[in-house]
Amino acid sequence: MNLTPSEEQEMLKTMAGDFLSDKLPKTAVKEMEESEAGYSPELWREMAELGWMGLALPEKYGGGGMSFLDLAVLLEEMGAACLPGPYFSTVILGGLPIIDIGSDEQKEQYLPRIASGETIFTLALTEASASYHAASVETKASADKDGYIITGTKLFVPDAHVADYMLVVARTDDKAKDEDRISLFIVDSKSQGISHTLLETIANDKLCEVTFDQVKVSKENILGQLNQGWGEVQKIIQRAAVAKCCEMVGCIQKVLDMTIDYAKERKQYDRPIGSFQVIQHYCADMLTDVDGARLATYQAAWMVSEGLPGTQEVAIAKAWTGEACQRVIALAHQIHGAIGCTIDHDLQYYTRRAKAAEVTFGDASFYQEIVAQEMGL
Amino acid sequence: MDFRFSDEQQQLRQEVRQFLEEELKQGLWQPSCDAWIMAYDPQFTKRVSAKGWIGLTWPKEHGGQGRGYIDRLIVTEEMLRYGAPAACHWFADRQIGGAILHYGTEEQKRELLPLILRGEAYVGLGMSEPEAGSDLASLKTKAVEDGDDYIIDGQKVWTSGGSYMNWIYLVARTDPDAVPKHKGISEFFFKADLPGTTVRPIVDITGGVHFNEVFFDGVRVPKTCLIGEKNRGFYQILNQLDYERSGMERLMANYPLFEALIQYSKESKRNGQPLAKEPAVRAKLAQLKIELEVGRLHMYRVALVMDEGRAPNWESSMAKAYGTAFEQRLASTAIEILGLYGQLAPKSKRVPIKGMAYHSYLSSKGYSLQAGTSEILKNILALRKLGLPSQ
Repeated sequence: MNLTPSEEQEMLKTMAGDFLSDKLPKTAVKEMEESEAGYSPELWREMAELGWMGLALPEKYGGGGMSFLDLAVLLEEMGAACLPGPYFSTVILGGLPIIDIGSDEQKEQYLPRIASGETIFTLALTEASASYHAASVETKASADKDGYIITGTKLFVPDAHVADYMLVVARTDDKAKDEDRISLFIVDSKSQGISHTLLETIANDKLCEVTFDQVKVSKENILGQLNQGWGEVQKIIQRAAVAKCCEMVGCIQKVLDMTIDYAKERKQYDRPIGSFQVIQHYCADMLTDVDGARLATYQAAWMVSEGLPGTQEVAIAKAWTGEACQRVIALAHQIHGAIGCTIDHDLQYYTRRAKAAEVTFGDASFYQEIVAQEMGL
Repeated sequence: MDFRFSDEQQQLRQEVRQFLEEELKQGLWQPSCDAWIMAYDPQFTKRVSAKGWIGLTWPKEHGGQGRGYIDRLIVTEEMLRYGAPAACHWFADRQIGGAILHYGTEEQKRELLPLILRGEAYVGLGMSEPEAGSDLASLKTKAVEDGDDYIIDGQKVWTSGGSYMNWIYLVARTDPDAVPKHKGISEFFFKADLPGTTVRPIVDITGGVHFNEVFFDGVRVPKTCLIGEKNRGFYQILNQLDYERSGMERLMANYPLFEALIQYSKESKRNGQPLAKEPAVRAKLAQLKIELEVGRLHMYRVALVMDEGRAPNWESSMAKAYGTAFEQRLASTAIEILGLYGQLAPKSKRVPIKGMAYHSYLSSKGYSLQAGTSEILKNILALRKLGLPSQ
């Protein structure tokens, strides 16, 4: 057992942290949030040049050949910096599934373009029921003479408005059980019949409603096995949950640091408020939650990275981290006082993101049920 | 980063499990909550000693196994998982041996360490006093030099292990004029049955006895009983406390209750279906499991810090405050899940799961007080780890 990051990971963390704090002051975050695209193409290019898009992609496809655990370190820094934009969608939801189950041709076609920053991907999974269960997939892909025709509405699709391609989860046979007959398709976002509307969200990120109206997709665009897609979708959800945890750990670590700084500086009754025991204990509780989240998250990330079955560890990480975030944020606001509730204060960026992250890719109840099943209840 | 246990560690865990399974099969003891501090069984301790699991982390030249703290945590975790009666050797193995190794003279090491290794030192911890709880430095029990001896007068309270101890680890004042007062404190280790020593049991909230009042009335101990440097005892204690707070007993003291509760929920029916099928019960049990596993990571981190050769100062404070809060939630949730049955005492007619919920709910109130209250531990996190100002 060893909880120390590798030298490479330490370097990546420092490099990413420095780069993001230089390039991404909160004024820039705000600008991106308010822009139509939701990100800065210029920063995107720079990130690609640093090799971030391809970090965990195989070298033969232009990637850096690093592990998911290395990627976890980068995601943590992105969470700490509140990086807006389609990195998560492209890499976690697009690139990694293609590595898992893409055909050689698909890998050849898409991975180098992801690594170079040329192509933006996303995943169109959730629908009106807003659940991560197989039964909620109602979008249909009906067999046509030389391909499939997709019809349905996807909700909460991140970055669909800028994505070049979407992985679309659709039901390829509606007579079967919930988990069976689900397939994944790589769909060109410019295909005829696709339209999207932006939803307005608490995190000010770009979630879309995407409508598929008789969208034609060729057989070659099936990702993985026909009708056998749900297993991979579960894997995508699990991995995305861990990746989300990494961002959340970065988020609450930053919130803790900001809060400690503030508690040391802010004076009332002629002394720093951080000298009051109540505030000290709040801070101690925050630290305990941050460290617990970090330990659980990196355990899960390590298991994903090693390709070990980690259903329970992932569930524990996401359930714990989601709730820990809420406790940390609540105390951060209490300690910051009224200034933390203003739109010009940095804290609000974290507050908004942490709440969205809690419910994205499964909340505590969702994962409690998974743990219950793992316990044989 | 690597969350795997080595082959050797997995083998050790297997060995401990087999040993405990075999003991259970022979009916040598019954699993119970708080067994690490309340269930004292000299024969069990002898058998654990024979396996080499006392002094596991000590250097080989002192009779230990020279293994790491992760290894020791594996052994103690399994003892706790099975609710094994390990109280006789727990304190000696956890912190007294280490203190003697660290601060003791060669002679003390030669004389005392084998005693601990053989599982013959049942140690009581003489720290708190009526007027010195969290503020330990204000303790009044005094040790006055008299020729080759010290003469000890005073009173200790909440002395864990007091009812079965044959040795006592005592913190006493050796300089009444020291400023600040923590600079006049020393540590002693001596037999618990010396003339002038009186042990008076205190009945705790469960009706059991594990802590005591201990009175010293002119107790004469040779100077060779002083551990470490005179008047430097407080610094030594701080270091020991890091170890005292670091163990799995701060997370799994009532683990047998958790296993029994899960089993009960699977087997007992309410409203025509197993309890474990009720969504609210499932969620509660799963949440406990989540909290337990996060706690285990905290505990293993502490052991890793020790294996790196650092004192796990703030890490153990965090782990203990977290762990004991979990244990309290477990006990409370257990009664909720058992419903009306949860209130039944261990010897009552119709009591489920041996009354562990009842016992644990009451006994766990003390967990967040002993070995540093959660408030003291949070102070440590705030001041020493986060660097918040003391005023």
